[in-house]
Amino acid sequence: MRYIEPHGHMVSRVTDDYVNMVTAGCAAVCEPAFWAGFDRSSPDGFFDYFKQLTEYEPKRAAKFGLPHYCWLCINPKESEDVRLAEEVIALIPQFLNAPGVLGIGEIGLNKNSRNELKVLEMHIDLAARHDQLILVHTPHLEDKWKGTKLILDALKNDRRVKPERVIVDHVEEHTVKLVLDAGHWGGMTLYPESKCTAARAIDILDTMGTDRLWMNSACDWGVSVPLAVPYAALEMRKRGYTPGQIDQFVFGNPARFMSQTAKFKMPE
Amino acid sequence: MEARAKLIDVAAFLDRVDRASGPGDFRWTALRGALAELASEKSGRAERVLLALSDPTLEPLAAAPGKGAAGAWPGKSA
Repeated sequence: MRYIEPHGHMVSRVTDDYVNMVTAGCAAVCEPAFWAGFDRSSPDGFFDYFKQLTEYEPKRAAKFGLPHYCWLCINPKESEDVRLAEEVIALIPQFLNAPGVLGIGEIGLNKNSRNELKVLEMHIDLAARHDQLILVHTPHLEDKWKGTKLILDALKNDRRVKPERVIVDHVEEHTVKLVLDAGHWGGMTLYPESKCTAARAIDILDTMGTDRLWMNSACDWGVSVPLAVPYAALEMRKRGYTPGQIDQFVFGNPARFMSQTAKFKMPE
Repeated sequence: MEARAKLIDVAAFLDRVDRASGPGDFRWTALRGALAELASEKSGRAERVLLALSDPTLEPLAAAPGKGAAGAWPGKSA
């Protein structure tokens, strides 16, 4: 089996995870910019993080034969400080020409505040000005439905945004239809507790179809499973999906979305 | 078997809360409300459970009250 991990925070993972992912058939990994688990104290911290994402981590992944791509932004969890966000967003254009940068992400909302919304609009503007793909984070738990509605409105309000060039991640049963009906792609994140289990993700495929959806592990420094995508592929097999359908979903779909930028090279 | 195990886990959790003392918690109230969906004969239960635990408002907050999520909406008064 081959698959693409379209959302993994690999700077938080150990080399054993790279070994296990490649052994399981991972053909490429894509890393959105994330919150470090603590607030960075200055734009310099982000500058170093962007260097890590665009220079160091691709080299580390390459040691295991794994192509590494990334997305850049200030994560919604650090977007309450608009002044800091402005300074960080000003740093991003100098990194956009790096070979592995797929676009702007994971932007979005966390607690659905006015400042988070302002920073989201700044990111959407940045992506539009530089013709970048967009990867959106939707809030957790009780904040997800409201945040998804606010995010979809913000994307719709910027007429430069092409819906098919935006993936809205962490969809669940109550938000997936909103996202797909708006013309965007939807990402299902496989977490042991706080997002979709493999069984629920395949339920969503059973009811919504497989077009414009992908699955990811969003593995990071918290409770998460780097092999969640191949485990979910096993669940697909149990439900009667054919090997061809599974390949199309876990490899073909993310490749199709990311091929909208010439930066993404189809894995051999 | 998997669903049976999860159902018993939820039942045991409810019993555990019965044995506990202390002030009430909005998450408990929200969970009890969402549990009613499990007995529904109408499909779409997972979506309705998620919505029952969600913030139904659409006005952005004046400021983020922190970073974490609680699992249920505390209501407008919180």
